[in-house]
Amino acid sequence: MSDFFTVSVLVATLASGIRLATPFLLSALGETIGQRAGVLNLGVEGVMLIGAYAAYITALRTGSVVAGVMAAMAAGAAMGVVYAFITVVMHATQGISGIGIFLFGLGFTDLLFRQQVGTPVPIDGLRGLDMGGLSDLPVVGELFFQHSALTYVAFALVPVVWFAMNRTTFGLNVRAVGETPEAADTLGVRVNVVRTQAIIIGNVMAGLAGGTLALDVGIFQQNLTSGQGFIAVALVYFGAWRSSGVMAGALLFGVVSSTVLQLKTLGIIVGANSTIAAMAPAILTIVVLVLVSRRIGAPSALTVPFERDN
Amino acid sequence: MARTAPQADDTDASGDVAVSRLARLMRPFVGVAVPAFAAVAALLVGAVMLLAFGANPLVAYGELVTGAFGSADNLADTAVRAMPLALVGVGICIAFRTDVINIGGEGQIILGAIAATVTSMAFDDVPRVLLVPMVIVAGAIGGGFWGAIPGALKAYAGVNEILSTIMMNLVAFHFLSFLLQDLLIEPGAIKIQQTRRLSPNADLPLLPGGTRLHIGVLIAILVAVLGYLLLFRSALGMRLRAVGHNQDASQYAGMAVKKSVTQALAFSGACCGIAGAVLVFGSESHRLIGEGGAAAFTQNAGFNGIVAALFGALHPIFTVPASFLFGGMLTGGSDMQRAIQVPAALVVALNGVVVVFVVGSLRLRDRLRTWVGEVSSYGGRA
Repeated sequence: MSDFFTVSVLVATLASGIRLATPFLLSALGETIGQRAGVLNLGVEGVMLIGAYAAYITALRTGSVVAGVMAAMAAGAAMGVVYAFITVVMHATQGISGIGIFLFGLGFTDLLFRQQVGTPVPIDGLRGLDMGGLSDLPVVGELFFQHSALTYVAFALVPVVWFAMNRTTFGLNVRAVGETPEAADTLGVRVNVVRTQAIIIGNVMAGLAGGTLALDVGIFQQNLTSGQGFIAVALVYFGAWRSSGVMAGALLFGVVSSTVLQLKTLGIIVGANSTIAAMAPAILTIVVLVLVSRRIGAPSALTVPFERDN
Repeated sequence: MARTAPQADDTDASGDVAVSRLARLMRPFVGVAVPAFAAVAALLVGAVMLLAFGANPLVAYGELVTGAFGSADNLADTAVRAMPLALVGVGICIAFRTDVINIGGEGQIILGAIAATVTSMAFDDVPRVLLVPMVIVAGAIGGGFWGAIPGALKAYAGVNEILSTIMMNLVAFHFLSFLLQDLLIEPGAIKIQQTRRLSPNADLPLLPGGTRLHIGVLIAILVAVLGYLLLFRSALGMRLRAVGHNQDASQYAGMAVKKSVTQALAFSGACCGIAGAVLVFGSESHRLIGEGGAAAFTQNAGFNGIVAALFGALHPIFTVPASFLFGGMLTGGSDMQRAIQVPAALVVALNGVVVVFVVGSLRLRDRLRTWVGEVSSYGGRA
């Protein structure tokens, strides 16, 4: 265990924690916007898988990481349109239709992967940015200035989402349709249009989160996300529907994941015990939910479809 | 919901009587017809996917139907596949009627399977007539325990059960993987995550007829009947449904709301746990196997049972035929996949599309049901 508590290992663990937090952060921020508008999307896991595959196959075929990122976002947008249709137009129960999206994403990406790729081919994934002197700083450089561009994008989105939710008309509309859609409707806000927009934005971010994951590890495999999308949904509750809280949660889960990985690499936990360690994020999520669930309420109209009474 | 009957009143009366007669005929089928159409629509989406893979959808779906219902053996396989769906589905009926969303079926199946497996290992030599009921009960206890946790967390700590049950699935999945690499691993086996061949005394007896059909089908039907009696013919079920209908009013009427929520998820988990025991001891290998991810052994029944229950209009008895049809789609899907040589993942993807379409169709069903109810009662008055 003493191997773990050295400066270089701790710094490496924290740095990779920030890196691993990126997909959590992107997908959870997107989910936050959707939930603020009153729509629970449990299909994040499936959308992340689809985004991951889109990024992987595009980067593999074109050799361009940027094209991969664009493909992941486009795939997310497409799934957003589908999910908006299912929930906003058809009023499907949101929890269960999300599971359907998850199963679809799980099967569909596996299917495409086997058909189009077969044996895994690694791709040139994301590279850390080189910021010259900043990146070379001891400790601080490794912690903050050697990440990939998408990590910086994800963290930059935290204040952006806060601003959009709290200081723009769009954000006001989103919160209004999530809290009291009837009142918003009375004031001329087109409830279902705003919800559709929020869903599509959220899904684009989920797709990007999946793309980040695939480009980060440089490979695609069946069930690449292994539950991260579900944890992202829980992070929204953890963060009490605020972007700063969501960021704290994403960092916590990133660091827990990187710690487990590091302990495995160092041989501190071995063999079957590593599957016990793999439970840590899920158990942590449950504990966190117990701690936060009394603290603050969800948007009042979360999971409630809107229909105008004529 | 928009009322359509007043508009119907405005049209000429003779047409109305005919419409209302038709509506009365439709009445018993509306609940099933709309989700069934939705499933067909989902298969059309699947046809597009098949075309994209260069397969002929007609041939493919021909294989699906024969694979599901084409022979006595296939029918038996379909029934075997339907058992866990029906068992989970009954549990879903109990939870959803109490307004508790149980997405933890997968984890509850796993815990039921673990409890049943450990029981059979501990009592290897107990005669079959005792050991079979023992493993089933152990499954119910294991699953019930795993369901009671998120139930109590929801009731007493306000934890959203959708999230907690999903997390419980992940924990159960890793726990199973741990057990199969460590405590329960077959001696000598290194790569394969599986137990040894479990006691033959715990094998679910085959039914006569020479097919793979085993006693699990009777267990599923028994549980469905018990689920019906619990929900609709007992004071406890009355309380659960009251809580599901209006929690505040139930609280005001002095009902134990928190206890009801916990009980609903515990019963729901128990049904899933029985499914877990049936999946292990009714399997051809008679082992608990973990290879290839949780889906391999649970067959996604924890999720698909939800669809079966929705097909069955959240009624335990109707969930049984609904599971049979849905089970047919899944067994037939596997046959289709083998026959036309596409990866098995196609069936999982198609499965997801069916879930989305069926859930998406429920609003249409409710509208149609309201319309049929109003129109047929109008005819009654005329």
